[in-house]
Amino acid sequence: MSKHFKNPVVRWIDHRLPVFSYLDHEANEYPTPKNLNYWWNFGSLAGFMLITMIATGIFLAMQYTPHVSMAFNSVERIMRDVNFGWLLRYLHMNGASMFFIVVYIHIFRGLYFGSYKAPRELLWQLGVLILLLMMATAFMGYVLPWGQMSFWGATVITNLFSAIPLVGDKIVTLLWGGFAVDNPTLNRFFALHYLMPFVILAVVMLHIIALHRFGSNNPIGIDTKGKQDTIPFHPYYTTKDIFGLGIFLIFYAFWVFYAPNALGDPDNYIPANPLSTPEHIVPEWYFLPFYAILRSIPDKLMGVIAMGASIAILFVLPWLDRSPVRSGTFRPVFKWFFWMLVFDCAILMFVGKNPPDWFWQPFAMHVTPAEEVVAAAGVADADALWPITFAGGTLGIKILLLGQLATLYYFAYFIVVLPLLSIFETPKRLPLSISEPVLKGGGKAAVAHAHSKPMEKA
Amino acid sequence: MADQAHAVPKDGHSGGTRREFLYLMTAAAGAYGVASVAWPFISSMNPSQDVLALSSIEVDISSIQPGEGITVKWRGKPLFIRRRTPEEIKAAESVNIAQLRDPQTDKDRVQKPEWLVLIGVCTHLGCVPQGEKSSEPRGEYGGYYCPCHGSQYDTSGRIRKGPAPLNLAVPPYTFTGDTTVKVG
Repeated sequence: MSKHFKNPVVRWIDHRLPVFSYLDHEANEYPTPKNLNYWWNFGSLAGFMLITMIATGIFLAMQYTPHVSMAFNSVERIMRDVNFGWLLRYLHMNGASMFFIVVYIHIFRGLYFGSYKAPRELLWQLGVLILLLMMATAFMGYVLPWGQMSFWGATVITNLFSAIPLVGDKIVTLLWGGFAVDNPTLNRFFALHYLMPFVILAVVMLHIIALHRFGSNNPIGIDTKGKQDTIPFHPYYTTKDIFGLGIFLIFYAFWVFYAPNALGDPDNYIPANPLSTPEHIVPEWYFLPFYAILRSIPDKLMGVIAMGASIAILFVLPWLDRSPVRSGTFRPVFKWFFWMLVFDCAILMFVGKNPPDWFWQPFAMHVTPAEEVVAAAGVADADALWPITFAGGTLGIKILLLGQLATLYYFAYFIVVLPLLSIFETPKRLPLSISEPVLKGGGKAAVAHAHSKPMEKA
Repeated sequence: MADQAHAVPKDGHSGGTRREFLYLMTAAAGAYGVASVAWPFISSMNPSQDVLALSSIEVDISSIQPGEGITVKWRGKPLFIRRRTPEEIKAAESVNIAQLRDPQTDKDRVQKPEWLVLIGVCTHLGCVPQGEKSSEPRGEYGGYYCPCHGSQYDTSGRIRKGPAPLNLAVPPYTFTGDTTVKVG
């Protein structure tokens, strides 16, 4: 098994502890489909962000004080007095947003190219687990600066558990370690926020082990059938990943150096005040779609269940989409529904950002407070308004209704659209191999020749 | 071989039932052990003795004008103490409780009609409702208005409109004098 290394020290170690053989096998010679496009860069970018977050986080923890009377000031001290503290904090704070951008693109890549399908179901589920852990970590990290949004975000989110029948309140008290979000809560959130990234790291390892079992999926979505379809990971994809990383770092650096607070809420620069709730409590952008789903259901418990289900449904996705064709490229109908899902998530984000009783006026390109719509429509109160209403000469849609429609589509995509498409959609003919579209000069011509079944071995 | 023959009882019931029983008992003992070790860990997350010890306060209410209220901190939460006007008391008492989402009479919620003592935490998702001071919005029912998701409470702190499921909670309290109240 073990490879013959030139360096005698490496050889000595590798004979006893085959780490070099392992790395050589998994990161150097590792056969990778030769047709991966740039959407496949986002996995390694996510890995890069995880390392960045852990590195900046450890150094921030050396300066931070997890106590209600000192947390806010210790963060301000990091910003003003600690050498390069501002840089570490802005890298960490914007890094969270970058991590989610990268991971969301990575997930949509998987959704479009069918990367969740057999034999990669566990790989996909581990990925969903990583997403859940990331969300928990990001939520607890946001509480640490102990600003107004930290405190009230923590209050609202922990209160979600009070919706659980019978034991809900006891669970909330257990989470808080008191009768409100207070010092014990801040302390444990700090401890867990430090722990979670390493749990994520462990699950990422499993994610990679599962990935390397069958190798990467690819834009055509058919299996590699031998050496002619693959290239070694190094230097081909290491180079491509590093090039992508360079582009991504420009994007990341833009936020850190030119708009470090653009993605955050200014209210979090007000110290936490348990006696005064901010006017609008809004989560960070990466939670907005889930927050919108939560608020779309008028019942507290059902809202919480719907929000949980929006993630849980991803766990069973491999069994909802039964179509044997992986890549969306060869699924003419699926494509449309997929892009509608992307659009739908953007709408949910918009809905989550705005108060549910306000009205979106698409033609005026404006979101209008309920009182103004009431005044313009000349009715008694907000109850007398229809969710779709003409006021001030323009059409208005209640944010709540928009959210309900978007929530409906989100779930319909998984529960109705995908299972039905698996039965009724006629996919295009698949090429015989990854090499074929390239060697025969253009995908279209090659596809016309391919009369064999999609999964047939060459 | 002879031993194996003995292991199968004559009624044809194969495969050591005694061994299965032992497996089961071992597993049960193991589960009990794990649970009893996990218990202190989980219990340590619950409110500690010092947090519990801080759970009663005495408040001087002599300076509160009718129609106004004060907010004090109790158990880390805002506590509302409001001196109601005769009109507010009348409005609270005259409500037909059959219409309420969380039916409770005003009498059940106050000890002296003039004084309304509440935990100022919206029962929806825990925001602090506005309306303690007469300068703040009090909603359509003259009580409290939660800015987060628009829940509205009446002058008895009962939920009247919006997403909150329950009335504002009434803490345990006693009047220790004409102008002092002890909460907790």
